[in-house]
Amino acid sequence: MSSRIDTCFDQAGKAGRKLLIPFITAGDPDPSWTVPLMHALVAAGADVLELGVPFSDPMADGPVIQLASERAIAKHVDLSAVLDMVKTFRREDARTPVILMGYMNPVERFGSDRFPAAAVASGVDGLLLVDCPPEERGSLGNAMDQAGLTGICMVAPTTTRERLRLIAEEARGFIYYVSLKGITGSGQLDTPQLQQPVEQIRELSDLPVAAGFGIKNAKMAVRVAQYADAIVIGSALVQVLSAAESLDQACSSALAFLAPVRESMDNM
Amino acid sequence: MTQIRSPLPDSRGHFGSFGGSFVSETLMHALEELREAYGRWSQDEEFVRRMDEDLAHYVGRPSPVYFAARLTAAAGGAQIYLKREDLNHTGAHKINNTVGQGLLAHYMGKPRVIAETGAGQHGVASATIAARLNKSCRVYMGETDIERQAINVFRMRLLGAEVTGVSSGSATLKDALNEAMRDWVTNIDDTFYIIGTVAGPHPYPEMVRDFNAVVGREARRQMLQIQDDLPDALVACVGGGSNAMGLFHPFIEDRDVQMFGVEAAGRGLASGAHAASLCAGRPGVLHGCRTYLLDDDAGQIRHTHSISAGLDYPGVGPEHAWLKETGRAKYVSVTDDEALAAFHQLTRLEGIMPALESSHALAYGFKLAAEMRADQSVLINLSGRGDKDVETVAALEGLTL
Repeated sequence: MSSRIDTCFDQAGKAGRKLLIPFITAGDPDPSWTVPLMHALVAAGADVLELGVPFSDPMADGPVIQLASERAIAKHVDLSAVLDMVKTFRREDARTPVILMGYMNPVERFGSDRFPAAAVASGVDGLLLVDCPPEERGSLGNAMDQAGLTGICMVAPTTTRERLRLIAEEARGFIYYVSLKGITGSGQLDTPQLQQPVEQIRELSDLPVAAGFGIKNAKMAVRVAQYADAIVIGSALVQVLSAAESLDQACSSALAFLAPVRESMDNM
Repeated sequence: MTQIRSPLPDSRGHFGSFGGSFVSETLMHALEELREAYGRWSQDEEFVRRMDEDLAHYVGRPSPVYFAARLTAAAGGAQIYLKREDLNHTGAHKINNTVGQGLLAHYMGKPRVIAETGAGQHGVASATIAARLNKSCRVYMGETDIERQAINVFRMRLLGAEVTGVSSGSATLKDALNEAMRDWVTNIDDTFYIIGTVAGPHPYPEMVRDFNAVVGREARRQMLQIQDDLPDALVACVGGGSNAMGLFHPFIEDRDVQMFGVEAAGRGLASGAHAASLCAGRPGVLHGCRTYLLDDDAGQIRHTHSISAGLDYPGVGPEHAWLKETGRAKYVSVTDDEALAAFHQLTRLEGIMPALESSHALAYGFKLAAEMRADQSVLINLSGRGDKDVETVAALEGLTL
């Protein structure tokens, strides 16, 4: 059986459709909001969901996601709680791939050997650990392959061709291209510069390419989607959601934010 | 500057199961560049000569080993010697490392340096070297630390550095490190990140150790000159662990020399308000390496406490984790109160005001010496001077200066 991630990218590829991958931090601002928000994101046109696992020291994240992480931690959202959210989400949505994005230490504390199976059992499809390059995965990598948890790898503007080869070998599902030198939510995204690195990835890997970091609106999404198969929107969405005073308001702002992105990507 | 490369870490920066490079992909290439540059220049004759000259004429090395006669008499046991890193330019061992990394930044053609700092000593040492090498410098410092180390903040500004307060998380050293990493990722082309301790991703633990190992090499030679024998025990405080690693490293093969790393027990290990990652923590991943750290059951890094900002850190260098695991070094802890008492003791008995960080080593070294024989000796690393802590000590006594 092919994975939800592969199926999703295959179908979009055949239909010539670009994938939209929104990111939210699990448990922000309250654990009870996360599952309804996930459904709202799907309703607004998300193809894949990226769920941030809160971490106290998110070195690769800008202030928006740092604060989201702090709000979730204040509500005691740990990795088990995140798995429970995905399990609940799966009761009503068996189709949309869910990827967890986070840092190594919470996974290590949960248990690197048992986490992948637990994640898959909860309905998680992929895992992206920002501070764990393929070289350092060790036994976690094996456990992920065994459990069928897709290990997403990042490629950065600074990645050399030599490293790209190594990453292409280790990567599963799709390659996440970090579209700028910087942290999440930064503002210096130069879209024409995406063409060459994305082409280079395609030379060395058959996997689809998602681009993220610094994509803030429909206009930028379309520009990036010229080169990539999927775009990830995180900080800009989290920022919009952080202004919501109720869950209903959050769901409608999510729709208001994502709908134009979806629409412009579909009309490319 | 050493020409001898230690067998550990391995080529990917592992000390046993510790160390490594746990960073985002964007940094992997920069670390590779740094490894290459360090490998190349640390073997380069001219680089080594400039480094040695700077250590001699700018830092003031070798620093003396001083026999603390009155402290020894008070302990009534082993002979107590102090390695006087407090006499270095800028007042602590931190300058040994920044002279090395600053020079490396220069050879790599990087016009800008950044640093994180806790107590401010590493920030001052980085700002100092940036001034001398005509580089722009930004230092990240937790807001909590900015408050308790006001003098060092002003010193950095006088030296031309920009000091950026960090208010996220616990607003201390760990958060400053996060922010410096974020800066580095963003400005990777022109910026050299001078990490101040033996933690972080490979090659930092190895490189910072090597730059500080001048302390241990000198001390080894000096002790042989003074007493025709190596000391029986070495004692050094451990936050991230750079002064301890620098002292210990050249003695690792001297199996008769015991090594004690002293962590900050804060208000006591049982209180939870401490920074003793080796004594009370467990292995995990923080700031680019696998090491001992203090976290909760969810894997969130805990807020730490120590009277000394320089020890107030929830992780520790991976080589210390390795030395602990192999049993080659022992790690113990000392409370705020014990450290403070040692601060006063050394000040009154020897006329030397130690940094609160170093006071932890003094407190344990004194206890240790008291249990040893008079024909034995203990060498304590007096890693820094206490001028920066005068306000903290005054505040604890209810005084405002």
